[in-house]
Parts: sequence; structure tokens; C-alpha cells
Amino acid sequence: MNFLVNPSKFNEIADYIFKPILILSIVLFALGLLFALYLSPDDYQQGSTVRIMYVHVPSAWLSLLTYGIMTLYSIVALAFRIPFGFIFNTAVAPIGAVFTLICIVSGSLWGKPMWGTWWVWDARLTSVAILFIIYLIIIFMNFSFENRVVREKVVAIFILVGSVNLPIVKFSVDWWNTLHQPATISKLSKPSIDPSMMTPLIIMTFAFMMIGIAIAILRIKTEIISRKSYLS
Amino acid sequence: MSLRFQRLLFILLTLVIILSAVLLILYNTRENVSYFYTPSEIDKSDIMINKIIRIGGFVENNSFNKISSSSFKFKITDEKASILVTFKGILPDLFREGQGAVIEGAFVNNEVFNATNVFAKHDENYMPASIKEDLKDTGYWNKKYK
Repeated sequence: MNFLVNPSKFNEIADYIFKPILILSIVLFALGLLFALYLSPDDYQQGSTVRIMYVHVPSAWLSLLTYGIMTLYSIVALAFRIPFGFIFNTAVAPIGAVFTLICIVSGSLWGKPMWGTWWVWDARLTSVAILFIIYLIIIFMNFSFENRVVREKVVAIFILVGSVNLPIVKFSVDWWNTLHQPATISKLSKPSIDPSMMTPLIIMTFAFMMIGIAIAILRIKTEIISRKSYLS
Repeated sequence: MSLRFQRLLFILLTLVIILSAVLLILYNTRENVSYFYTPSEIDKSDIMINKIIRIGGFVENNSFNKISSSSFKFKITDEKASILVTFKGILPDLFREGQGAVIEGAFVNNEVFNATNVFAKHDENYMPASIKEDLKDTGYWNKKYK
């Protein structure tokens, strides 16, 4: 697992797995969209509108997962002085921001027909909006600062502080009354979604994940190169 | 203990402290964070007339009345208390008796709540339309889904 913290090992492995991952993501997207748009049934209440879920939910999960991984890398980078963590965070923040934006926009399009409103300031929607703002701040911070060493540390600390928002996003629907419904799929209980609708959801999640990893590989490699030229 | 583990401990400890601080703030402001009140949370003896609030619950069965094409009367309930609501405007697609809804508006007197906005709330259950019929046929249809 050395390639997860060592830039040159990462480059080696990345060259090896980039194409398979890209192809896999294209195949999964084709399969997932086929399931999501044609093979999955209409919902008993929402009709065809439920298909927005197959974009909304994967992007929501991945926006949280991306931030979670960035948090882990920040801890590792700060505690163990491993610069790859800083490289990873700089490269991956925009990907997480895009996932969050897709989640917000698709949720908004879903909310209008179902709830009767584009946006409300309930706890779930507000905390996701805050997550998006945190991502934006991280991106802007990566463009500021004259001194690279200072910048990387400050950004990593900011990521750690922002990670407080993650449990709030996740549990907001359980802790407070919200317009957003509670989680459908949780580890503790049987998912309250039919298998015929679970299948496209899982496929689309992996498709989003693979395209995210593919873009992350490209961005991390670029970041490694620009860092090398900076140092030399 | 090596320096790197001291740093790790320091980071984790700081995170725990920040998290508990934020959670304490949110816990103590939970009434403001919650998007709506439930009907049983509203104290009937202490109703603030014309103060804009939101109430969430289910549309009570057999309570929906159409007064005119764009004016409606229904009751919002949480099975412990219910509130009479009047509304002028367009109802969302999902709105029906037994369905969750959140209404925004104000009490006009001690009994009647005048809604300015109605949002439908849907639950976390997803199932194909065809299965609903199957479940009804076999008698396994859980009324709570509605």
C-alpha cells in the first residue's frame, strides 16, 4: 500500500491502472444509465422523477467520501510529515466540490416537483451548502499564499476543522426535523428500497467513483510534476 | 512516545474538542435548527397569532376539503394532535391525505392556521409501482408507506 503515500510509487501504479479504470467507468456509466433510465421501474409515489436519485445519491455519497479521505490525508500529512497528503488534498478538492455541486443541483431539480420548492433552509440542505462552501474555500486557499509550505499546512488544518461538518451532514436528518427524508440505506437496518432500484443506484455509485478516481489520478500526477518543478 | 504520535494525538484531540463544541452549540439551539414543529409540540394555550412558523406532519385522513379550485382546507396531524389549516394556492404533486407535508404560515386565531406555502414531504421508502398492487393483493400492504 506504499503507493498511497509515496509519489513515485503512486506514479508507477497510476500508469498501470489508469486505462482500466477509465474503461471501467465508461462501461459502468453505460450500464448504469441503461438501468437507471430504462430497466428500473417507476416509483409507487414519485413516478419517473425517482430516477433523479440515481445521480443525486451517488454524488452526495461521494462528496462526503471525498472529504473523508481528504481528512485522513490531512491527519497523516500533518502528523507523519508525509507530503503526499498535501499533494492529494490540492488535487482532489475540486473533484469533491463538483460532486457536491451535482448533488445540490440534482437535489434542487428533484425538490421542485416532489416537495414543491427548489430550496429550503432545513438542516440537511444547509449543511450540504456549507460543505460546498468549505470545498470552495479549500480551492481558493490553494491558489493563495506565497509560501508553499505554509499554504499546505494551513489548508490541511482548515480541512481538519471543516471535517466537523461531515457528521452534521450525515446525521442532520436524524437529529432535527427536516424537509429532507431520512436515510434510505443504512448499515443497521434493511434498506427500504426495492432491489430493482438498488441495482442502478449501486452501479451508478461505482461509475461515479471510477470517474472520480480517474480524474484524481490525472490531477495528482500533474500536482506531483508541478511540485517537482517548484522544488528544483 | 515518538514525536509523530504526539502530533497525531494532538490532532485527534483537537478534532474531538472542536466537534464536541460544535455539537453542544447545535444541541442547545436545536429548536432553531429544526425546520418545523410537529402539531403536538405546539402549545394550544400559548399560540402566537400572526407569527410565521412551519408545522410538519401528515395530512389527516378524510380531512381534505376543496373550497374552490385554488383554496383548500385540511388538517395536519402527528397522531397526537391536529391543526386545522387553510391554504390558497397550488399544492405539490405528492400532496394527498395520509402523506407527509410541511406548511408555512401563521395562526389567524386560536384554531385556524393560514398556510402561505405547502411542501410535500416524502419518506425514505422506494418501491416499484407494480409491487404496490402485489402487496395490496396479498394483504401485506403496510399503511404506513402511504
